Amino acid sequence: MEEASVYIHSMIKRSTFKSGYLPYLLILPQILVTLTFFYWPALQGLSQSFFLSDPFGRSSKFVWFYNYIELFTDPLYLKSIVTTITFSIAVATVSITLGLFIATMANRALRATALVRTLLIWPYAVAPAISGILWLFLLHPSYGIVALTINNWFGTEWNPVLYGKDAMIMITMASSWKQISYNFVFFMAGLQAIPRSLIEAAAIDGASPFKRFWAITFPLLTPTFFFLSVMNIIYSFFETFGVIHTVTQGGPGGSTNILVYKVYQDGFVGLNLGSSAAQSVVLMSLIILITFLQFRYVEKKVQYTG
Amino acid sequence: MIEKTPILDIFTYIFLMVGILIVGFPIIYSLIAATLPLEDVSKVPMPLIPGDQFMVNMKEAWTRGNLGNQIFNSFIMATGITVGKITVSMIGAFSIVYFDYRLRVVAFASVFCTLMLPVEVRILPTYEMAANLLGPLQGLWDVLHLNGLVSWFAGHDIEVSLNWSLLDSYTGLTLPLIASATCTFLFRQFFLTVPEELCEAAKMDGASPMTFFRKILFPLSKTNIAALIVIEFVYGYNQYLWPLLITTNPDMTTAVIGLQDLIPQADDLPEWNVALGAAMMVMLPPVLVVLSMQRWFVKGLIEKEK
Repeated sequence: MEEASVYIHSMIKRSTFKSGYLPYLLILPQILVTLTFFYWPALQGLSQSFFLSDPFGRSSKFVWFYNYIELFTDPLYLKSIVTTITFSIAVATVSITLGLFIATMANRALRATALVRTLLIWPYAVAPAISGILWLFLLHPSYGIVALTINNWFGTEWNPVLYGKDAMIMITMASSWKQISYNFVFFMAGLQAIPRSLIEAAAIDGASPFKRFWAITFPLLTPTFFFLSVMNIIYSFFETFGVIHTVTQGGPGGSTNILVYKVYQDGFVGLNLGSSAAQSVVLMSLIILITFLQFRYVEKKVQYTG
Repeated sequence: MIEKTPILDIFTYIFLMVGILIVGFPIIYSLIAATLPLEDVSKVPMPLIPGDQFMVNMKEAWTRGNLGNQIFNSFIMATGITVGKITVSMIGAFSIVYFDYRLRVVAFASVFCTLMLPVEVRILPTYEMAANLLGPLQGLWDVLHLNGLVSWFAGHDIEVSLNWSLLDSYTGLTLPLIASATCTFLFRQFFLTVPEELCEAAKMDGASPMTFFRKILFPLSKTNIAALIVIEFVYGYNQYLWPLLITTNPDMTTAVIGLQDLIPQADDLPEWNVALGAAMMVMLPPVLVVLSMQRWFVKGLIEKEK
């Protein structure tokens, strides 16, 4: 704690300006927006989660932890937690693996690196919802080309409208595709930061390219790897809302109903305000935990590579 | 390359090509679909030779989806968020780094706490806040029984309800999203690397804080600003959940959300050619921004997340 306060205090210029009201005026917009759209809603959400109110907001009753108890004994909510974890691990694994693989190849390539980068970077700019539409077409049970290929190769009947597993695969593909370029950019930067002398020394000692990758490159990329795991999990927790909304709307049978989609459905469609607020609080605690863990463990390792 | 590995090199290029193909395939395939007439796009499997209906489909998508209006809305939203975020966080960071005042640490800590807290985790209360910005004041009003006071003054019953709604407005689309701890952090980080001598020299020459900001700090920050413009424009343009909640009037909908209406449902004609044509047009602006400002984008992405 002391360390943290020293850190905050030291983060200022040695030579500063003296002005009575100006610094307050400069920070005011940020503080105002933060108070209005972060702190007040967060407090509001926290207090709402302890009340039970009717859908029209006419009456509300203080019920202590009733909403939370309801939540964690609700099989649908527990299922949504499992769905979210499965989904985020799947998205992180697929997009990080492909991103690393493509970045390694691009880093080995001698020619046309600028062109390669251009060709790989742009899906970052595609909205998750649009990525969802593209994959909805590719995986459409009656005329999607990827769906037909899956049918032919595996001999199973592919139908994401009926089968939860297929729907999960569909949203995983749509969400991972867009994220490959994000991961590619970071792995590429990480790879280019590795000193060539290290690789050359290993080569002189007779290490094969594969050996060099596993013994030198990969360990040096671990900070990037950890960082990207956190970022991809956060992405699949929240930003994939657009994908779910356009592609499956949580279905079939709640099999793709991830936590953030459930907050929306219960709050805005079902008008169950207390439960939705409690779910928001759970999500908020979760993201605070992830941020804390990242600062505590990952940031330290990032400094290792400098 | 360190040693000659001809076979591995060939594989490198083959895998790289496969990687680029995987990344590009959904777009290439959708572009082909957008050129076909309806009877071809619903064929199983869809022909891979582009048709001649591209302009027809695009025109149809443009009018049916009201894309002109929606892309305009998205554009306003993205620009508003970009300009707002960068301005607010830049002057905020200037205040935190270049001034020493009593509440500096408090201001810094309160912004710091909102790091990584996306709008998705606090949707319902933030929505309520936007639906009536004066809501918190109404509570205060009621607690103080000011209605009674006003009525007593006026001599007859007056019911005062404070109401200022941001729903279905550009302010509502942008303002809640412009508070960003990450941008403030990026600027703060950058300002801390600016040599102390610059500020000392400016002070010695009698420059006021704002002159220093305008004449020295702002020009030095240009690369950072360019990088943030790309990232925030893409972020703003691709927003999904927030505009979905805050707009009910179809004229205020953003393009990414409007696309949902063009997706063929089970009973509709499978007009994927129109839907995908629309998707291509909607995703074009952020893709162009990323590609044309690629250099700053890569730098900004990596700096921002550090």
